[in-house]
Amino acid sequence: MTGMVALYIFMLAAFTGYEVISRVPVILHTPLMSGSNFVHGIVLVGAMVALGAAHTPLEKTIGFIGVLLAAGNVVGGYVSTERMLEMFKSSQDKRKGGRA
Amino acid sequence: MSALSPSLTHELIQAAYFIAALLFIVGLKRMSSPKGARGGIVWAGVGMLIAGLITFLWPGMRNDILILVAIFIGGVAAWWSGKRVPMTAMPQMVALYNGMGGGAAAAIACQELVRGRSIAGAPVVLAVTGAIIGAVSFSGSLIAFAKLQGLIGKSLRYGAQQAVNSVMLLGTLALGGWIVALHGAAPLWMVSAFFALALAVGILITLPIGGADMPVVISLYNACTGLAVAFEGFVLANAAMIIAGMVVGAAGTLLTQLMAKAMNRSLANVLFSNFGESAVQGAEVSGALKPIDTPDAAVMLAYAQKVLVVPGYGMAVAQAQHKIWELCQLLIERGVTVRFAIHPVAGRMPGHMNVLLAEAGVPYDLIGDLEEINGEFETADVALIIGANDVVNPVARTDKSSPIYGMPILNADRAKNVIVIKRGKGAGFSGIENALFYLDNTRMLYGDAQKAGAELIQAVKALD
Repeated sequence: MTGMVALYIFMLAAFTGYEVISRVPVILHTPLMSGSNFVHGIVLVGAMVALGAAHTPLEKTIGFIGVLLAAGNVVGGYVSTERMLEMFKSSQDKRKGGRA
Repeated sequence: MSALSPSLTHELIQAAYFIAALLFIVGLKRMSSPKGARGGIVWAGVGMLIAGLITFLWPGMRNDILILVAIFIGGVAAWWSGKRVPMTAMPQMVALYNGMGGGAAAAIACQELVRGRSIAGAPVVLAVTGAIIGAVSFSGSLIAFAKLQGLIGKSLRYGAQQAVNSVMLLGTLALGGWIVALHGAAPLWMVSAFFALALAVGILITLPIGGADMPVVISLYNACTGLAVAFEGFVLANAAMIIAGMVVGAAGTLLTQLMAKAMNRSLANVLFSNFGESAVQGAEVSGALKPIDTPDAAVMLAYAQKVLVVPGYGMAVAQAQHKIWELCQLLIERGVTVRFAIHPVAGRMPGHMNVLLAEAGVPYDLIGDLEEINGEFETADVALIIGANDVVNPVARTDKSSPIYGMPILNADRAKNVIVIKRGKGAGFSGIENALFYLDNTRMLYGDAQKAGAELIQAVKALD
């Protein structure tokens, strides 16, 4: 990937993030923060690649810590967001007994 | 994995990352409206699963067992903690998981640097920058977690704090600059010192920040981690990391601003000044507090046309949301219109109270936010305040000398009657007296919110 292409990706992704969030109601701030916390868990793939390329014990140790932390980010982010969003149901959904 | 040709494997991985990035954006979009929110996290989750699994096909991957073990340990620990944590503790758990992400980004940079091979130009600059941001986000988030969890009680402050922090930060930047100048081929002691300093900076800048401001800080670190992930993604030439990290970086920044605005604080104010701890005194409030008995309060509620409930963190701490909702259901059966009025910063962070009410089973269409519901107080017969304080304090509108002056508040004082359920006579989080409690139409119902709720339920039932 050339530097310029990466720069374009940086810019467009930044605008995308801004747009996606811009009209979010206050009630969803906490779940959304948790959700975006989950999304940056993608650092897991980077940590995996880094550990996958490790040679020395020191590199392996650092890589191991990286993957461990990243996995915590992914799983924890998912579980907490899922638990919070699970609760958002309107009164109609409740009457139906179903889930939103 | 040798069954596929290297170029085909590469194409496959890139395609999977593309799909993952797409699913993240769609998922986040869905999460920004209550209807699609639950689906949103599932979409993003599928994206993460695809990206994670395909990475095992990465050409030349070694240490497969080590990777699986690390994922297993980290994943199981997070799963276990995430499932059993009570909803009131959710903000600090988000901080903890976020810190882990920042730490992972820093670890990627660290490994790149200890390898000692020469990296030139933009990659080394971004690797070092991402390392600083990631490390600060890691240690800072851990402090935020410890504070909200009550592991660290006091906010550490001393005279030359800003100066010390500035020197530490400059030292980190200088070492980082040196590593860049060496094209990343720095000696081990330098890399170690660099990371130690960066971690220390995160700790030192977070320690003095008061508990009330912590949500804004957590949100800020969330954005920081996103940015660090994007930078390390550039170093690894991984488009999925760049896109997801940058989207979170931008979205997190916006969220942080929205939160700060809801609290009527600027970000600089949060980071560099001391709110919530200093005992600033506004004008004295005169008058007497007028208590009310449970049966009287029950009658007042049961024969009202419209009741607006204003819950605060005090209700959540007492775990009273279930009892309060039970009470409200009784009132609704009697034909009373009941709605919940939520201040943007009720609870520990914006939206936290909605989550807590949702946990108790309150449908979200009965919940109104400040702008939506504030006009309704004038027509309400009773405003029921449970464990809320500063967010209903009318001095925010009137008293210029008050530290909360200018903060948007819920106009509970405009309801015909106000019942305040409160544990004792103490002041709110900002340490100021609440003028609402002294109004002529206000009655105080002293007691633990859970117990008071249960007693009110009995009293309302006894009316039939």
